[in-house]
Amino acid sequence: MTDKIKNPSDATGISRRTAIKTLAVGAGVVATTGTIPGLLRPNQAFSAEPIRIGFQVHRTGIGAAYGRWYDRTTEAVVKRINDEGGINGRPIEIVAEDDGTDPKRGAEVVEKFANQHKCDIAFGTLFSHVVFGSAPRAGELKIPYFVVSEGHHVASGKLNRYTLQPGITDVKSQVEAMAPFISENLGKKVTMIYPDFAFGHDHRDYFSTAFENQGGTILEKIAIPPTETSFTKYFPKIPRDTEVIYHVMVGPAVLTFVKELGEFFGPSRPEIFGFIDSLEAVDMASPGLEFLDGTYFWEGNPRYAQADQTEFDKAYREAVGVDANGASISDSKDVSTYAHMFGCWETLYVVKAGMEASGYKGPEDRQKLIEAVESMSEMPHSFEHPQGAKLFNGKTHQAFGHQYISKVEDSKLVLAHTTSIEDTLYEDEVDYTKQAF
Amino acid sequence: MEFGPYLFIASLEGAITAAVLALTAVGLSIVFGIMRVVNVAHGEFFMLGAVIAWWITSLVGGHPAYGFVAALIIAPILVGILAIVCDHLVLRRINYDPERTIVATIGLLYVIQQTTLMTFGPEARPVEAPFNKRIALPWFEHTEQGFALTWPWGLSTTTYKLAVIGAAVFILILLWVLMTRTKFGLIMRATQLDSEMAQAHGIPVNRVYAMVFGLGAGLAALGAVLIVPIQQAHYLMGGDPLLLSFIVVIIGGLGSVVGTIVAALFIGMSDGIISVFFSPTLAKIIATLAVAFVLVFRPQGLFGKPER
Amino acid sequence: MSTSLKSFLLHVFVLCLLAVLYFVVSEYHSGNLARILVMAVYAMGYNVLFGYTGLLSLGHALFFASGMYGLGLSIEHLGLSAAPALVVGFISAFIVAAVIGFLALRTSGVAFMIVTLMFAQAGYLTILLAGKYTRGDEGFVIQQGDRVIAGIDLSQADNRYFAALLLFGVCFLFIAWLVQTRFGKTLVAIRENPERARMLGYDIQRHKLLAVIISGTLAGAAGAAYALLFGYAGATFSTVQYSIYPLLWVLLGGAGTTIGPLIGTVFMTYLIDISSEYTSAYMLIAGLALILLTLFAPHGFAGLIRKKLFSWLP
Repeated sequence: MTDKIKNPSDATGISRRTAIKTLAVGAGVVATTGTIPGLLRPNQAFSAEPIRIGFQVHRTGIGAAYGRWYDRTTEAVVKRINDEGGINGRPIEIVAEDDGTDPKRGAEVVEKFANQHKCDIAFGTLFSHVVFGSAPRAGELKIPYFVVSEGHHVASGKLNRYTLQPGITDVKSQVEAMAPFISENLGKKVTMIYPDFAFGHDHRDYFSTAFENQGGTILEKIAIPPTETSFTKYFPKIPRDTEVIYHVMVGPAVLTFVKELGEFFGPSRPEIFGFIDSLEAVDMASPGLEFLDGTYFWEGNPRYAQADQTEFDKAYREAVGVDANGASISDSKDVSTYAHMFGCWETLYVVKAGMEASGYKGPEDRQKLIEAVESMSEMPHSFEHPQGAKLFNGKTHQAFGHQYISKVEDSKLVLAHTTSIEDTLYEDEVDYTKQAF
Repeated sequence: MEFGPYLFIASLEGAITAAVLALTAVGLSIVFGIMRVVNVAHGEFFMLGAVIAWWITSLVGGHPAYGFVAALIIAPILVGILAIVCDHLVLRRINYDPERTIVATIGLLYVIQQTTLMTFGPEARPVEAPFNKRIALPWFEHTEQGFALTWPWGLSTTTYKLAVIGAAVFILILLWVLMTRTKFGLIMRATQLDSEMAQAHGIPVNRVYAMVFGLGAGLAALGAVLIVPIQQAHYLMGGDPLLLSFIVVIIGGLGSVVGTIVAALFIGMSDGIISVFFSPTLAKIIATLAVAFVLVFRPQGLFGKPER
Repeated sequence: MSTSLKSFLLHVFVLCLLAVLYFVVSEYHSGNLARILVMAVYAMGYNVLFGYTGLLSLGHALFFASGMYGLGLSIEHLGLSAAPALVVGFISAFIVAAVIGFLALRTSGVAFMIVTLMFAQAGYLTILLAGKYTRGDEGFVIQQGDRVIAGIDLSQADNRYFAALLLFGVCFLFIAWLVQTRFGKTLVAIRENPERARMLGYDIQRHKLLAVIISGTLAGAAGAAYALLFGYAGATFSTVQYSIYPLLWVLLGGAGTTIGPLIGTVFMTYLIDISSEYTSAYMLIAGLALILLTLFAPHGFAGLIRKKLFSWLP
């Protein structure tokens, strides 16, 4: 939908009373709770034409919990950039449209940005099947497509010169960087549990290779079908001599998964290492999660404000409206997708830097914008990059950065280890700069 | 894990799946059997049950059991009323035409799902079980000293899961009493056999249909309230129960409540037990194909009468 | 003017109109239309089975995906060029439809719905299981360089549109012809009264099987065309949702009419596209629209036209 990015509380601050009233009224809801259309009117201070950024957002479908926070983060960063004077003196205008977390609709939305809304760039996709479905169209329509997906799709070379991922690291680098920590601190015999999705297969392939290089063994790989809602029946497949369970799950059933894992092991669990994707947007204090105390998680960006919080994280957290526990300021039960959403913030700052470096004026300068971004390399830890320093690889169109490992203590995630950027690097698989525009 | 305990735990999980399936499907079965319509929105009534349970438990303070009991009573009633309204506004007006009912209930599905997304939100939200204690289960092993009781690693379940099985059995018995021992049950069965004849005998068929539709939805919601402490409420959770109960109803044989329950057992248990022998996704494929082939070779379902 | 002449002229008119539209509407809408034409082929295929034969399948996504992966995998892993890969796509859908049809037609009514649903679900899971080749849910891109037939680059807007129109036109005229034939009329007879059709000496099973095969192959053609024209194949297209879409499009447009599937696809696509500009609750609007349509236009748009305007509508 093409609405303006509004006050975040509008989208969520619906009281339970309204909730039930609306459930009953049913048909009347479009007017009362559906987001009201319109465009973000930038500050009066701007006289220049805005830069239009098409925001492909998962508002419905399986990605909706992520989409809502991507929405809020984008709104916050756009406000900040516009307050600072915009890009080349021009304000940003976000044209947001829901893709239903569906690759067909995703492609349609990209077409709409390019041809109907006359956007300068498209931005913001998370789920990798939507990226795959949309990227070919972005390439054909020659519209720069900045994804915030953490998939390995961009760096794998399967997409095209118009698709970039400068604001979030990819799954391959994340997973490989975990191997040394796990083998040195948790154990050498690992059982992996992951969804039978391409995303899960990436974990399986990249982690097992990296872990075996560290001298570890993968005892068992348990791929769970995505349609599954109960998990206990698969846990007996975990070998008895497992020292570490490595888990990554996505979708609404993740909480069940973690709970049942706890119930299965009872008091005698092995070490457990998980990807926070399993519990993004889920309150760590939810009933049944107590057993996670003492286990470890990869975090893209630490959800809980740490003791040595940087001023960058502080400013970013405040701007997005997230409290020290990673939940919305207005509703402590509304937990953010903190490990991923910073990507929206950082990506738009990369876009700003790229547009300013290339003197971007309009769609005719799109190639110059891509070349400007391709020529970027170091991105220091700053207000623009609150998650940490990044190293951008112009050839593979992919950013690399620090990864965080946290331990659960009293239902909070406490940072235990930060990897170096070097730990996350791997050999280039593509050189997009050699491809024609 | 040893094979024996593994099979045992998988069967136990299968039994839980079966219990929930039976509860969800029996509502669809009644609607299907009596009104002869496929209610595509059935899964959404299930979802609403879970969502309302979350809402009620988060309003009621104190021990989680208070909220849960309140939800057990209120959620099915609210959902039942909503279903009766839908019946009145839509289904009755299209005369329960099978094809048009499918489209209309798909429309209803979209409306309910989207409304829930906009009010309840996209997150999966947990509901605390009234009681939930992990119990390690014993196993008999033949050792040199004869049979001995052992407590194998990982062999466990929770009190709540066992209670769900018990509750499902109890509710199904109640339903059986309602269908066979009460006047309302008699009227329902009369309508099922021949609605025109029932009408001729002064049975207000339209009202019976509305009640049946509400009862079916209420049963789905009841199943959801029972399962939500295990599974969490989520606005897309209705899809699976819909497909599964639909399958259960057909496998069981149209309109046969006993068949529905046997089919729920068959599907729940096979899902659990097949998972012991194959990798998870392959097990799902085999379980799915098993359902297809049961129907290919017995199109009338397990308990249905063959078409003449 | 005879009915068949009128019908012929109508079909030619629709095709001409679609050809002209490309030059009239904006680039965005012509791009949308290209996709709609492909999906309308899917809906027309569905209509052969549902609208004309009276068999409601809930598993057509399997046929769509067979075409899509037949083409996609043979380009990706066998290194075929687009034209032979397209043929592979058609043949895959043909074979899958024949096998599923053979098995599923032992059942009828709701059991048929479940059996097709189950086979499609097994197909979806198989695509995930074979993630090494299919990349599962994520799917894979069919590179621009592989999407060329006889020197025509199908990733270009104009080529894509007319390729889609060509496929649509062929299927559209084929179905218009098919329903006039003895075979097509027999299908309708089976839909209306299978007992009577049997008594008249028709081999019902053979007719139904042929209908499944035609229907499935058309669905597969649409799937292959989607992958070829839009450069992507993924498991999403084999999910239940994509089995329900053609049912909706056909019911909305008018089941058992040649033009209904096109109308339904256009209507549904634009309903979502336009309402999504105003509210994120577009599924709610779509839902209400469906309910209202069933209340007030029970036989779809084409049914309404047939009733109010042209009773000869094929």
